[in-house]
Amino acid sequence: MKNALYAVFFMALLTAPSISVASTADHSKFDQLNGPFSTAESVTKACLSCHTKSSAQVMDSLHWTWDTTHPVTGQALGKKRIINSFCGSPLSNEPRCTSCHAGYGWTDLRDSAPTDPTKVDCLVCHDTSGAYEKIPTDAGYPQLAPRMIGGKLVQPPDLSKIARSVGKSGRENCGACHFNGGGGDGVKHGDLDTSLINPPLDLDVHMSADGENMSCSQCHTFNDHIPSGSRYRTTAVDTHGLDLPHDDHDRATCESCHGGTPHQDAKLDDHTDRVACQTCHIPEFARGGVATKTWWDWSTGGRKDADGKPLYIKDEHGHLSYSAQKGDFKYEENVRPAYLWYNGLIEQTAVTDKLDSHMTDGILILNRIEGSATDGKSRIWPFKEMRGKQPYDPVNNTLVVNHVFGDDDSAFWTNFDYPKAIAYGMAYAGLPWSGTLDFIETRMYWPITHMVAPKEQALRCGACHTTDPGGRMATLSGFYLPGRDHALLLDILGYLMLGGSLVGVFLHGAVRILLRKRPSP
Amino acid sequence: MTHKRDVMIYTRYERFWHWSQAVLIFTLFFTGFGIHGTHDLLPFGLAVMIHQTAAIVLIGLWIFTTFWNFTTGQWRQYLFKKGILKIIRFYAYGILKGEPHPYKKSLQRKQNALQSLAYMTFMTVIGPALWATGIVYLLYNEWSHFDGAGEALGIVALLHTAAAFAMGTFVIIHIYMTTTGKTPLHYVKTMITGYDRIELSEVEEAYLAETKAAEMK
Ligand code: HEM
Repeated sequence: MKNALYAVFFMALLTAPSISVASTADHSKFDQLNGPFSTAESVTKACLSCHTKSSAQVMDSLHWTWDTTHPVTGQALGKKRIINSFCGSPLSNEPRCTSCHAGYGWTDLRDSAPTDPTKVDCLVCHDTSGAYEKIPTDAGYPQLAPRMIGGKLVQPPDLSKIARSVGKSGRENCGACHFNGGGGDGVKHGDLDTSLINPPLDLDVHMSADGENMSCSQCHTFNDHIPSGSRYRTTAVDTHGLDLPHDDHDRATCESCHGGTPHQDAKLDDHTDRVACQTCHIPEFARGGVATKTWWDWSTGGRKDADGKPLYIKDEHGHLSYSAQKGDFKYEENVRPAYLWYNGLIEQTAVTDKLDSHMTDGILILNRIEGSATDGKSRIWPFKEMRGKQPYDPVNNTLVVNHVFGDDDSAFWTNFDYPKAIAYGMAYAGLPWSGTLDFIETRMYWPITHMVAPKEQALRCGACHTTDPGGRMATLSGFYLPGRDHALLLDILGYLMLGGSLVGVFLHGAVRILLRKRPSP
Repeated sequence: MTHKRDVMIYTRYERFWHWSQAVLIFTLFFTGFGIHGTHDLLPFGLAVMIHQTAAIVLIGLWIFTTFWNFTTGQWRQYLFKKGILKIIRFYAYGILKGEPHPYKKSLQRKQNALQSLAYMTFMTVIGPALWATGIVYLLYNEWSHFDGAGEALGIVALLHTAAAFAMGTFVIIHIYMTTTGKTPLHYVKTMITGYDRIELSEVEEAYLAETKAAEMK
């Protein structure tokens, strides 16, 4: 009951901001923002003239540093240390990869992020006009001068107009980077893509205008420009529950608003200690019509056609299924997640890691999802399982840095020569490479938490509680799942006993009838 | 002199209790083995919902009936009786040859020795095994935080299922036994109407007629 009241209260809060919590400042009226701005930094300078602390705050955040130490595992994390199963490493590919840095001009990841406060990009997060865009290959800068793009002369966006439009971050702001991870729309996460900019209700009840019309930051609450909710450090079980009224300013879990017993049905609430909300309420991901990449095989990259031109092949849906730059791809929509016990800890694979201990059945698990049925800290979570093959050094037994992007004679995307690209990348990173190159099959697990479906579409009980080997929980062990598990011996004995007594009474009955009908002698 | 008279040997409460218990146990058996995965005739969630509701009603019925058994003294009907071997011999052999039943129903002895033993087992072993494990199963979430709870649930379910198999076996034999009366449906009719034809001494007859301690036609 208390929960229900909180929920009502919270919904009232949510619907309110657009009306009553509107800002008291109208940025279109500020002279400082009239420009004209010829550099991106000059916009930031104008912002800082009032928001004096904002750059310092941003520069403390992971959005800026791309560098953190896991407080529990002690593992040093960040894009320059970790290899994922998409593009590999941003090292030596900076101007391309740092186009998603929340700042300007980070051209060498071997150095820490820039320290000049005017390098912070306020607009990428706060533009509400939709006109602002970072150039994909310019280390985070927007277009600043007229430029030939695709054979056409394109004018730069009007930065002063954009500056006067600033406001709270919307779904499009976050999505500019987070919907496009892995190099394209929906490629990486599967539960984050451009279909969430204006999603229908059955795609996402929270973000749909027909639902709560929430923005990302209403859950991923920002405190001093530091966002809450992290894949590096997930709250897999939120024992704190309701955060309403806002007591810890960290609302990134479902429980923050819905509490720990949200169902008005004791049997369903019984599940919340062992099953993450997402498991039932996101029955499939990539449901918005944007396919997500599920297989990426770098080993086949570099093929040319008969004319010696790099080969590109599209599948029947218009997705690249082969790219000379990147190898073979598979895309999927409406994907059923993989399910794993998860306690919030993920061990990532650093580019310096020896790989032996990370192998399972000959496959490299790039991020090890920790948790078990018995550790008391885990719940069953849904994941996107990303599969693929990646370059590695079989002699040193490490992954390698693949130099893909750049205006030189080694970048793979222009030269199609792996040994050259790897040699360049490893030298750039200051890491040893034996000179031997091979490809290793990998898996990577991405927690699924967005694209919450309307409750009518949540998984039914029988999706998990079933003897069907195709059941959703079929691969999880270490606990008894009613409807899935049996003591085989008991079942055999039990059915024999039931069957035996049935046969017995029929025989007995038959004999009775036969003997009764027999004429007496 | 004795007379055969139609006497109400199963009171209204006894019949109500018997048949509602029968319906509930059928329901529990059907939904329980649906949950267990033996059949797929009900969606899992619905089976659980029905199973739990029926279980709670059945436990209520059992509590009430235990109370009834003790306040009315009917519990004595279930006490161990001699002559059980004779009865087993009869069902195994005599009945096939058309021998008469070695036991005579009377007001004080509604059940033969085998019946008493079977119902006693039902009430003290199979029933309690089911409700005890069932309640522990039902309350899983109250103890799920203990170490090993996820696996301990498997043991609870195993015991519960074992008892359910025993219950199923009991019911099969029990139903078959009801066909062994004068006519195949005689016992069933008795349990529906409550009346059976039993031999009364003159004294008994007069006593019943006078006191209405039991209805008599
Ligand atoms: C008398 C009180 C009873 C209670 C409190 C009870 C309770 C339960 C509960 C809580 C479950 C687990 C359902 C779930 O997954 O949440 C269950 C399963 C089951 N019940 Fe009962 N039940 C009772 C009687 C019976 C009876 C009379 C039968 C059969 C004659 C029966 C047969 C079963 C079976 C076969 C299962 C499936 C076990 C498994 O596979 O895990 N139950 N019961």
